[in-house]
Amino acid sequence: MATNLPVSAHSQGGVGTAPVPHTEHDDHLHDHEHHDQHWLWKYVFSQDHKMIARQFLITGIFWAVIGGVLSSLFRLQLGWPEATLDWLQPILGKWIEGGKLNPEFYLALVTMHGTIMVFFVLTAGLSGTFSNFLIPLQVGARDMASGFMNMLSYWFFFLSSVVMFSSLFLETGPAAAGWTIYPPLSALPQAIPGSGTGMTMWLVSMVFFIVSQLLGGVNYVTTIINMRTRGMSMSKLPLTIWAFFLTAILGILSFPVLFSAALLLVFDRSFGTSFFLSDIYIAGQALHNQGGSPVLFQHLFWFLGHPEVYIVIMPAMGMVSEILATNSRKPIFGYRAMIGSLIGISLLSFVVWAHHMFVTGMNPFLGSVFMFLTLIIAVPSGVKVFNWLATLWRGNIRFTAAMLFSVGFVSLFISGGLTGIILGNATLDIQMHNTYFVVAHFHLVMGSSAFFGLFAGVYHWFPKMFGRMMDEKLGYIHFWLTFIGVYLVFMPMHYVGIAGFPRRYYSWTGFDAFSQFADLNKFISLAAILAFFAQFVFIFNFFYSIFRGRRATENPWNSTTLEWTTPVEPGHGNWPGEIPAVYRWPYDYSKPGAEADFIPQNVPYSQTPSSNLPYERELAE
Amino acid sequence: MTSLTILLVLVLLLVVFGLLFRLQILTAIFSGSYVRQIGTSNRVNAVLMLVFMVVGGAAFFWSFAENFGKMNPPIASIHGHAMEKMFWTTMTVIGVAFVLTQALLFIYSYKYQHKDGRRAYFFSHNNKIEVIWTIIPAIVMASLIFAGWKAWTRITGPAPKDAVVLEVMGKQFNWLVRYPGRDMKLGVVNYRLIDASNEFGFDLSDKASMDDFVASEVHVPKGHPVLIKIRSRDVLHAVYMPHFRVQMYAVPGMPTRFWFTPTATTDEMRAKLGNPKFDYELACNQICGKGHFAMKLKIVVDEPDDYVAWFAAQPPVSQNADLMASFKQMSKQTGLGKGGSQGAKEAATEETGETPAPLAAQASM
Repeated sequence: MATNLPVSAHSQGGVGTAPVPHTEHDDHLHDHEHHDQHWLWKYVFSQDHKMIARQFLITGIFWAVIGGVLSSLFRLQLGWPEATLDWLQPILGKWIEGGKLNPEFYLALVTMHGTIMVFFVLTAGLSGTFSNFLIPLQVGARDMASGFMNMLSYWFFFLSSVVMFSSLFLETGPAAAGWTIYPPLSALPQAIPGSGTGMTMWLVSMVFFIVSQLLGGVNYVTTIINMRTRGMSMSKLPLTIWAFFLTAILGILSFPVLFSAALLLVFDRSFGTSFFLSDIYIAGQALHNQGGSPVLFQHLFWFLGHPEVYIVIMPAMGMVSEILATNSRKPIFGYRAMIGSLIGISLLSFVVWAHHMFVTGMNPFLGSVFMFLTLIIAVPSGVKVFNWLATLWRGNIRFTAAMLFSVGFVSLFISGGLTGIILGNATLDIQMHNTYFVVAHFHLVMGSSAFFGLFAGVYHWFPKMFGRMMDEKLGYIHFWLTFIGVYLVFMPMHYVGIAGFPRRYYSWTGFDAFSQFADLNKFISLAAILAFFAQFVFIFNFFYSIFRGRRATENPWNSTTLEWTTPVEPGHGNWPGEIPAVYRWPYDYSKPGAEADFIPQNVPYSQTPSSNLPYERELAE
Repeated sequence: MTSLTILLVLVLLLVVFGLLFRLQILTAIFSGSYVRQIGTSNRVNAVLMLVFMVVGGAAFFWSFAENFGKMNPPIASIHGHAMEKMFWTTMTVIGVAFVLTQALLFIYSYKYQHKDGRRAYFFSHNNKIEVIWTIIPAIVMASLIFAGWKAWTRITGPAPKDAVVLEVMGKQFNWLVRYPGRDMKLGVVNYRLIDASNEFGFDLSDKASMDDFVASEVHVPKGHPVLIKIRSRDVLHAVYMPHFRVQMYAVPGMPTRFWFTPTATTDEMRAKLGNPKFDYELACNQICGKGHFAMKLKIVVDEPDDYVAWFAAQPPVSQNADLMASFKQMSKQTGLGKGGSQGAKEAATEETGETPAPLAAQASM
């Protein structure tokens, strides 16, 4: 593996008070090879995991802006249903004829917002970026198991993005049946124009996306299992890697089921089958389809859909664990309990899907079973929160922008997670299903939290990604605006939900039951749009710092994991010399008896006699 | 011209921000805080954490209390009252957990902010604590699950034999309602017989359908169990009646149902709320297309006597000449609607005319 790799000739910048890592330098036999790679292979069709990670990140940021713009548009409609939005005419054209948003386009907006945020930003942008970037660096590998497959993974994602983005400009509009694309609405163009070409492109795009996820996932799992450096046993892996590992397994097991659902839907749409269609009279015509079941689609969809929310949140959990420990200068509390709860969440995530379907006409007995399994998942989630809190306790906390976002993550995860206890209860879900209570719940617990994990990760690993630091002050401003903004948007949204306001409503004015919260909806819209604009502080900071940021050192956060033993800008192959060996767990922060307040993983016990715990003394021999 | 001015102002604002940003960096470089790892901003952020908790918490409780009156749709069903109690009990439980964990998070963030010379406490694990905070939530969860499960089985269990039966059918974009008529049996319908005059697709060769009647609003008697049978004829819809705490999808090809007992007539509720215009409403709560947000159906809860009078005054479908004519024509076209009640039942892909069966008998797929 290590042969034939071009390695950049960065010098080892000296830093830190940490003991000198114990590495045996080989004779640089593979130095100075293909130094002047063509830019096309270096920046575009790169097989280097770090470049692929940057590609995922920047594509993810692009999508996040699109997703944010779409949400601002529909929040305008919900906040000011009476307003005329003529000024949007130049952008939206026929979708806003006469200053009024077209109701079908409104549905397309919410559909695309959901699709983009869940899949393109929080799955590809988050897990794609950090799994790619951190797995080889933290397990001590030169690159992914298959650089080529890794490259394909990005380019399938790119292809998928191109198809999805193009669908925004269709004459009949993009898919508009909700991001869950329940048939028959998604199967019949007669039912809504978005289910014509828009839906076809959605399905094609999603098939590419699934291919991308599988190529990536197989690579992540293989790399973690096979390519750990000497001494890096599974019980010495940073929690980030555990999270990426389990996330990849969830993806590999659940995305194919979405593929099957998409395939059957394609058959129903194009080849006259009746998997999901039955007894339909629409647009003055009785269709021939009989015997299909729309509920079957929901089972297939949520078999992916529920693990999907954990695919979104677990990488964030892993990164937050890492960042909280580093910046509290304390070991993560309950390392094994943290791994155990991740495994528990992963297993349970496969057996809770039907809690999305309590009132779909599914057998109520199944409802009982899924209520039981769903509420159980609160226990490992709670364990994680308690462990994070215990990690902060008696720490010596350094508020970097990454740390702020990590604390924010925990806060949002608690706020959003707790209302899951209401929604997971089948009885209470009768009233709350598909109301804004659900919208508020998942936007806090998996939307905003995962975004906060993403931001934390970017601020924390930016120095290793681009060799420069992001501006901390702008980071603070970004954090506080976003944190306050998110709470101002989603806390009041719970009130609207408790009052029973249905989601995906173009306007509530037709109902007396939903007439009371016009002011609150205006407030939510205002907060949402302001929070969206606050993100440009981040975008400016990000791109400015890539070129003009302060130069980073090798290990700016005094962290213990292996990625910080690489040069400031690690070249292809990551370490110029031999890959460091690992001797200890990743959380030796503030160890009593140690000189520095951190001991990197590649420092053997024999070099730290003063701080070794009793059982470690034997390992030092 | 105005838009040009706005654009110009925006650009100038951006320039000002950019200059401020550069200025901030330059002063930081001169003061030396640019490269210092931990400076005043650490303290500022720690204090802000505390401020956020206090101000944010106060704002949350104030706004919650302020909006509480508007948050709770009035309840008008027996199980609705039980659900409401369970909802607020659960909210209290999670409220306690919310306050405790958030308080610890922000207080720890403030209290354990960096201090020069202090060293964090090396505390890597404690199995006893882990067990405690696994078991306590597990017990709380178990009791919530048990309460939820008891209520769920009761609510979704079989409707009482004497329940009033009616059928609601969703279509793009309104609701159709029919009652079984005097024989208390809903007749067979077949989606292939649907046309403009026969929106339900009545198969009139089934004797049971002759006295069925359609209505433009739902009437139900107070204090009497009501079983709503639910169907859709095109895409998914959901019957959502917030005042009765009722929700069930309308699925094409798979009849569903929900039963409940109304506890207050429309008039009583109007008096109670002091709103003479109040009406119970049925909304669609599953995305179904352009008119999703406007699928409203009025529900009237009558005193039982009024209900009986209303019921008796409705004309059966057999008196609807348009419908009869349309049925004859469609029947000729499709070859359906022949062979009497038995033939109608065999031709229909699903049957809704049986006596109330337990909800639990619905298959999941």
